Amino acid sequence: MSRLHEVFAEAKAEDRAALIAYLPAGFPSVDGAIDAILAMVENGVDIVEIGLPYSDPLMDGPTIQAAVEAALLGGTKIRDVLATVEAVAATGAPTLVMSYWSPIERYGPAAFANDLAKAGGAGVITPDLTPEEAGPWIAASDAAGIDRVFLVAPSSTAERIDVVCSITTGFVYAASLMGVTGVASVSAAAPLLVERTRPSAGVPIAVGLGVSTAAQAHDIAAYADGVIVGSAFVRLLLDAASASEGVAAVGRLAADLARGVRRT
Amino acid sequence: MTTIDTSSDPVASVPDSGGHFGRFGGRFVPEALIVALDELDAAFRASKQDPVFHADLQRLLTSYTGRPSPLTDCPRFGAHAGGARVLLKREDLNHTGSHKINNVLGQALLAVRMGKKRVIAETGAGQHGVATATAAALFGLECVVYMGEEDTRRQSLNVARMKLLGAEVVPVTAGSRTLKDAMNEAMRDWVTNVDSTHYLIGTVAGPAPFPEMVRDFQRIIGDEARAQVLDLVGRLPDAVAACVGGGSNAMGIFTAFVDDPSVGLYGYEAGGDGVETGRHAATITGGSVGVLHGTRSYVLQDEDGQTIESHSISAGLDYPGVGPEHSYLSDIGRAHYSAVTDSEAMDAFRLLCTTEGIIPAIETAHALAGTLRLGRELGPDAVILVNCSGRGDKDVETASRWFGVIDGARVPEGRA
Repeated sequence: MSRLHEVFAEAKAEDRAALIAYLPAGFPSVDGAIDAILAMVENGVDIVEIGLPYSDPLMDGPTIQAAVEAALLGGTKIRDVLATVEAVAATGAPTLVMSYWSPIERYGPAAFANDLAKAGGAGVITPDLTPEEAGPWIAASDAAGIDRVFLVAPSSTAERIDVVCSITTGFVYAASLMGVTGVASVSAAAPLLVERTRPSAGVPIAVGLGVSTAAQAHDIAAYADGVIVGSAFVRLLLDAASASEGVAAVGRLAADLARGVRRT
Repeated sequence: MTTIDTSSDPVASVPDSGGHFGRFGGRFVPEALIVALDELDAAFRASKQDPVFHADLQRLLTSYTGRPSPLTDCPRFGAHAGGARVLLKREDLNHTGSHKINNVLGQALLAVRMGKKRVIAETGAGQHGVATATAAALFGLECVVYMGEEDTRRQSLNVARMKLLGAEVVPVTAGSRTLKDAMNEAMRDWVTNVDSTHYLIGTVAGPAPFPEMVRDFQRIIGDEARAQVLDLVGRLPDAVAACVGGGSNAMGIFTAFVDDPSVGLYGYEAGGDGVETGRHAATITGGSVGVLHGTRSYVLQDEDGQTIESHSISAGLDYPGVGPEHSYLSDIGRAHYSAVTDSEAMDAFRLLCTTEGIIPAIETAHALAGTLRLGRELGPDAVILVNCSGRGDKDVETASRWFGVIDGARVPEGRA
């Protein structure tokens, strides 16, 4: 069993959903992002998604756009993302990278998968890589022994859900709504999507997009194996008066969400 | 130099069922959009077999757009192009002032058939935005056009036109504030409102089926022009020239000639300050293979796959990507792509004004500058068909400043 699946199993044994948190590498700085992520892990985040900043984040709303633009202006490179993975993975928390496909294609899928594995990374979430284009990535991730996470959406047909689940390892990312990150709140479509995905998914299902509060996390924990929170953490870092205040605020939200994902 | 090209039948087989043109094209989009793309693909394929759709579109193209657009012999301009016979395909005379309307009417008909109440579009020079706003008015659809803030400034006439036509124009302030960022914002809108909304992409880029569909709606340019040249000259042209940003006007005129090996196909990209300066938008000439806006093609990108901002005096060519079929035609050697600088384009712009009494769009001026080079290579016996993709009303302010015809001196040569 992979470390990722162990974490989901441990959470289930404790009658809660796994808490999955996202922050982009390089914001407010490479070290500042690592500090914030370590604070998340100390405060109950089970699994970490590290965003690879990309110039054209067309699935992200204004909050994550602002953070990744700042990260890129600050000179964040793929090697910095891998260094961030290494620092976070050392805590024992399964650490994934969330990336648009362009940077991985440019780096080389096999090289990226290998370098991520070397850094201790658990896998990659690829929100704009369709199953139809995923052949080289399936081969590369298999060879490197890392997980590959694909998404299902409320609009996905039963056939599409089958296709996505057939190539996904680690967990299935269920997008709770039709839209970009950090704008709307988790939609009523989410429980139905998880229910429709469950028969095809041989792995846990985590719900993300529009989740920002402990109450929402609690609702989702009732029907999903994992709860994913991103923009709400990024917003705290954007609004913080200082780096240390940002880290503290992120830690407080993580602790709050960690209570929220408990089912009882 | 000869223009004989021996490649045979390269386009009949592309794209494949996954939207691939060789190693280019495909779909790189969030799962949330797949159903909409499949729905569009099905509507597009059904329309191809549907005589009612063809009749509806044909009626609009003749009675509304004013097709067929004429072919104009340009001997005084041709005298500067090595004496070659230069024939302009006058897409500038279409309703709304460019070739963009051809694709927009086709997609608007599809949108209505799919039951969509709202269309959105990205625009650079504003020509596609104006065409979309026009079709939205005609069909009673809500219309939102995303335009980079920088472009709303340099193409303010078209912003006013879109607003007069009833569209909402949203200035995009992210990134380079140009076409690339407008397309990002339109994609975000689409994924949020996909049930009600059709994203009316204006060029032969984006995820499948857009590159194929936009090409097919634009191929009327080349189909008409091929017959017109045969009628006028009695033979095929030696070369076909067009400007290439995303590349819809070029695909539109190239497609009819791809299977004619004697016809050389020439695409002219925006060289900005010069490809060697790094400040340009010449994607095939100066880029590398990557993924942008849902498709794999040549892209201006750095070693980390981050898009590099493009630069051009022409808002409509100021785009760091290019349609995947152009990348394919370049790879197989069927079409030839090179860069034209801002200065070269503006010189050709002025030359067409003063020799033929036609004010072209600055985008089109890149094809004209390429034609001057090409004509000097091919000589006086050559026949060159040029896609005059748009008219220059929108560019009068930019050109007036460049040439100093309204206030003050002409800007120095080689100015950025």
